[in-house]
Amino acid sequence: MTDAAPIMNGPANGSLATRNSNDAVSRGLKRRYAAERRFKAYGILAIAFAMGMLGLLFTTIVSKAIPAFTQTMINLEITLYPQDIDPAGTRERQTLSSANYRKVIRQAFYDLFPDVTSRRDRRELFDMISPGAVYEIRDMVMANPNLIGERVVVQMPMSDDIDQLNKGQIRKDSPETERRVKDKQIAWFERLENRGLVETVFNTTFFTAGDSREPELAGIFGAAMGSLFTMLVTLLVSFPLAVASAIYLEEFAPVNKWTQTIEVNINNLAAVPSIVFGLLGLAVFINFFGMPRSAPVVGGLVLALMTLPTIIIAARSALKSVPPSIREAAYGLGASPLQVITHHVLPLAMPGILTGTIIGMAQALGETAPLLMIGMVAFIVDVPHGALDPATVLPVQIYLWADSPERAFVERTSAAICVLLAFLVIMNVGAVFLRKRFERKW
Amino acid sequence: MTPDMNQSIPQDTAGDSPVTQSQADAVKLKARNVKVFYGEKQALFDVNLDIKANEVTSLIGPSGCGKSTFLRSLNRMNDTIDICRVEGEISLDGQDIYDKNIDVVHLRARVGMVFQKPNPFPKSIFDNVAYGPRIHGLTNSNSELEGIVQTALEKAGLWNEVKDRLDQPGTGLSGGQQQRLCIARAVAVSPEVILMDEPCSALDPIATAKIEELIDELRENFTIVIVTHSMQQAARVSQRTAFFHLGYLVEEDDTEKMFTNPTDERTQGYITGRFG
Repeated sequence: MTDAAPIMNGPANGSLATRNSNDAVSRGLKRRYAAERRFKAYGILAIAFAMGMLGLLFTTIVSKAIPAFTQTMINLEITLYPQDIDPAGTRERQTLSSANYRKVIRQAFYDLFPDVTSRRDRRELFDMISPGAVYEIRDMVMANPNLIGERVVVQMPMSDDIDQLNKGQIRKDSPETERRVKDKQIAWFERLENRGLVETVFNTTFFTAGDSREPELAGIFGAAMGSLFTMLVTLLVSFPLAVASAIYLEEFAPVNKWTQTIEVNINNLAAVPSIVFGLLGLAVFINFFGMPRSAPVVGGLVLALMTLPTIIIAARSALKSVPPSIREAAYGLGASPLQVITHHVLPLAMPGILTGTIIGMAQALGETAPLLMIGMVAFIVDVPHGALDPATVLPVQIYLWADSPERAFVERTSAAICVLLAFLVIMNVGAVFLRKRFERKW
Repeated sequence: MTPDMNQSIPQDTAGDSPVTQSQADAVKLKARNVKVFYGEKQALFDVNLDIKANEVTSLIGPSGCGKSTFLRSLNRMNDTIDICRVEGEISLDGQDIYDKNIDVVHLRARVGMVFQKPNPFPKSIFDNVAYGPRIHGLTNSNSELEGIVQTALEKAGLWNEVKDRLDQPGTGLSGGQQQRLCIARAVAVSPEVILMDEPCSALDPIATAKIEELIDELRENFTIVIVTHSMQQAARVSQRTAFFHLGYLVEEDDTEKMFTNPTDERTQGYITGRFG
C-alpha cells in the first residue's frame, strides 16, 4: 500500500510540467477529434457521391430500357388461302416453308384499307408491319398444316418505326421530314388503333431471339448464351490454372531469380491492356492452332489469359493469410506438404480465392476489346448451342446496338445493359453464396 | 486411466523401433554437436544432450537462447523454414533423423509436437483428434478410429468434458481445453516422443495446472521434451532440465540438482532471477 501511494498521488500533486502536458493533451484532443470528424465527413461525402452516381446510372439506364420490354403488335385476321400457300395440296415441308406468306399478309392488310390503292401508298402501308410477321405465319402453318384454308387471327409485330410512334419516341407533332413515319402512316395507325387491332404486349422476342437488323426482331438471348459459354470456358481454364500456379508459387517454389522473375511478370500481366490479349488470341489460337473464329471457346481462352493474373494474385494473398499455426499443427502431426495444403490451407483460403475469381470473372464478362480481335463482333443471328458455334457476347452486343442507326435500338441497348448488369449480380450472388459455404465461422 | 488403453493405440505403427515403455533409463534422443543456422546467423552452438525415455526433460533459458530452435530440430520442424540449416547429429533410438533415408513424415509420426498457442484445426473435436490417425492410415474401421479418439481424449484428460459434443468445433473450446485437445491430437498418432513448445504460456494458472498434471501422467507412455519460460513449471514437471544461454547448452542435469545446486554460475543467475 505504501509502495502504491506515490504512484497514485503522482498526477494529482504533480509538478508544473505535468499540468502543462495535461493542458497540451486536452488542447490536442480537441484538434484530434475535429480531425476525426472531418475524416468521417469526407468518407460519408465520398460514399454519398458514389451512391448518387450509381443511382443516376441505374435510373438513366433502367428508364431508357423500360420501353424495350414492350412491343406494339397488330392482331390481324388472315385467311390462309390454299392457292397461295400450297396449291398442289401436297402439304410437303419444302412447299410449306417456301410459300409466299408475304402475299397472304399483304392481302389481309390491304383488305383493312380498301381506300388505299396507289402502289406507293400500299408499299408504305405494308411497311408498317414487321418483316418478321412472315416467319410468324410460316412457323404457325408448318406447326399445324390443317390451318390452311382457315381464317385465323394472328398477332404479329409492327415495324420498329410504328412501335416507336406508339411508345411516343417519335413525336406526331414534329415536321414530317424530320421523322421516319409519314403523316399517312400515322393516320393509318390511328385507324388501326380505333378498330382495336393494336395491342402492346410484353416483348418476349427480346429475351428469346438472337440479333437481327430489324430492332423488333432483335433479341439478347444469342449474346447472353455467347457470354455464358465464354464465361464457362474462362472459368474452367483460368480457375484451376490460377489456383495451381498460386499454390506452387506460394507453397513449393524456392525463392530464386526464376520465381522472382515469374512473380514480377504475373504482376505485369495484370496490367497489360486487354486488347493485347486479343491480338495474342488472334495470333496463337486462330492463326496458329486454327481454332474457329467468333467462337466462345477462343474468347473464353483469351479472357482466361486475361483473368489468370488477377486470380493468381488474389489466390496467393489468400494462401498467405492462412495462419501459420494451422500449417505447423498439420506438419507436426506428420502431414505431407500436399496434405497440409489440400486438407487445411486450401479450404481456409477458398473464400479469398473465390472472391478473386469473381472479380476476375466480372472483369472478363464486361470485356469487349479482346473479343473484337478474335471476331466475336460479327453479326450473328443464330443462338449459339455450344462453345464452338459462332457467337457474340453481351458487351459486344451492346456495342453493336449502340452503333446502329435505328431509333428502336437505343432502348434495346439500355435493356441489354440491364441484362449484363443482371448477369453480374447473379454471378456475385453466386459468389457470396459459395463464400458463405466455404467460410468456417469457428 | 484403464490399463487396456495402451493396447488400443497401435504402438507398432511408429516404426520398427522397440517399444520403449520398459526401458526406463534408455536414451531416446541423442544430440551431438548440433549447430543450427538461420541464414548466416548461428542460433545453436555444439549442443550435446541426451534425452531419456519416459522422462520429462525441460529446456529453460532466456528468450532467444535457442531452446525452441533445438526443440524444433528434434522433429525437423525447422525444415519448413527455408533458410534454416542443421549440422551435427540427432538420433532417435540410435538412428540419425537427418539421414537421407529418413522420411520426415514418418519421423513426425514418431515425434509429435504441441505448440505454444493452442492451434486446433477449424474442424470438429472428433476430426481434430482423428486427423493424425486418418492421414497415417492407422485404421480403416470407424469403430477403431472412435476408440483411438476416445483413448487419446482420455489420455489428454478431456474426454469427460467433450464426450457429448465431439461434433462441435474444436475452436469453440476454452484455451486450456484447446491445448489439451492439441495434446490429444498429438497423442492419437501414438508417437514415442512429444515435444511441447511452451504449452502453457497462453493459459491461465488453473488450465496450466491441469496440463502439468497431464504431462506427469503422459510420462508413463511417452518421452516428453518441454520448453518453458516458467522455472517453477520446469521444477514441477520435469526430471531433467537443460539450461540454454545465447545458443549454448550451458548445463543439464537432474531437475532437483539444477534448481538447488547448479554448477554453472550463469544457471545460478538465471534461476535466481538475476537475468533472463
